[in-house]
Amino acid sequence: MVRAEWAIFEEDYWAITNALEALVQSAQAKHVLLVDRTGQMIAQVGDSPDFDTQSFASLCAADFEANFALAKLIGEDDFSTLYHQGARDSMYLGKIARGVVLAVVFDKSTTLGLVRLRVRRTVEELNVIIEGLFDKLQYRNEEYDPFDQEFSEGVEQEIDNLFAD
Amino acid sequence: MSLINYSSREINCKIVYYGPGLGGKTSNIQYIYDKLAPETKGKLVTLATEMDRTLFFDFLPLELGEVKGFKTRFHLYTVPGQVYYNASRKLILRGCDGVVFVGDSSEARFDANVESLYNLHENLKEYNLELGKIPFVMQWNKRDLPDALPVAELNEELNPEGFDWFEAIAYKGDGVFDTLKCVAKQVLRQLQTQPAGV
Repeated sequence: MVRAEWAIFEEDYWAITNALEALVQSAQAKHVLLVDRTGQMIAQVGDSPDFDTQSFASLCAADFEANFALAKLIGEDDFSTLYHQGARDSMYLGKIARGVVLAVVFDKSTTLGLVRLRVRRTVEELNVIIEGLFDKLQYRNEEYDPFDQEFSEGVEQEIDNLFAD
Repeated sequence: MSLINYSSREINCKIVYYGPGLGGKTSNIQYIYDKLAPETKGKLVTLATEMDRTLFFDFLPLELGEVKGFKTRFHLYTVPGQVYYNASRKLILRGCDGVVFVGDSSEARFDANVESLYNLHENLKEYNLELGKIPFVMQWNKRDLPDALPVAELNEELNPEGFDWFEAIAYKGDGVFDTLKCVAKQVLRQLQTQPAGV
């Protein structure tokens, strides 16, 4: 029985992706990525990125966590959004429920104001999906379980293969 | 915080290398990066100072082959070892599924090991985590140093709980894969047995 701390099921994945697709369109963004607070990529939509998305996810989460700690230091509860301005591309990050981070990469074909406005709406939508997902985990983990002895033996074999000296 | 994505059929786990400054955490990750085939590893991200000291973290994603339709990915992180970077260390520990403690075998660094282990306990406590309850492996690095303490002594003083341990010379690769293999297997076994942590 695998009991990960959290899991994303097919229907939630599509609900998330649809919300992100709508955001890309309405905000005229280049890429939209959803990352969990430990830096793991959940979903990504928009143009195919020409950067390494795993590094991006890991750094995004670290960026958000560092800023969260900074907020605490100066007596704020949180910084719920972050903005990084570049010469060509910029980034806008928003916090979703359960520490999930929404990252929007956009260029000069749109404006920060529009991105901010659209993100606000998407954050609300994603909050509902993510909270619903966590509620569901309580029982879905029990019933949906492709991971058995065979799986763990297979994975251990893979580990031995990968790290063979 | 392990994440299973049933849609993309991926399992992601986070392993953190902890230990005193200049103990060889980055050397472990660097050796792993250098030795693995390109298709199994992602980009190595290093946030270091000009002096090659880890400032925030190193990050390396690794990917196992598919098993029963699922891909398993390990995200390896190191923390900055210096005492004054504790805020960064705490952030990186968040959601970790397993920890490797890279101890420095040198007698001169014994106190630094003690301090770092204590700090690890304290930081884990903040996330309601405890060594032993989460996968944990110790590595006695720098076994080639002339003032390296005997392993028996290191274990007696720093590992009275008897956690799995390995001797290593990380820059040469000795013990690096054994350590990672051990913690990776522990993490996967834990996934199968831990109570729902939602």
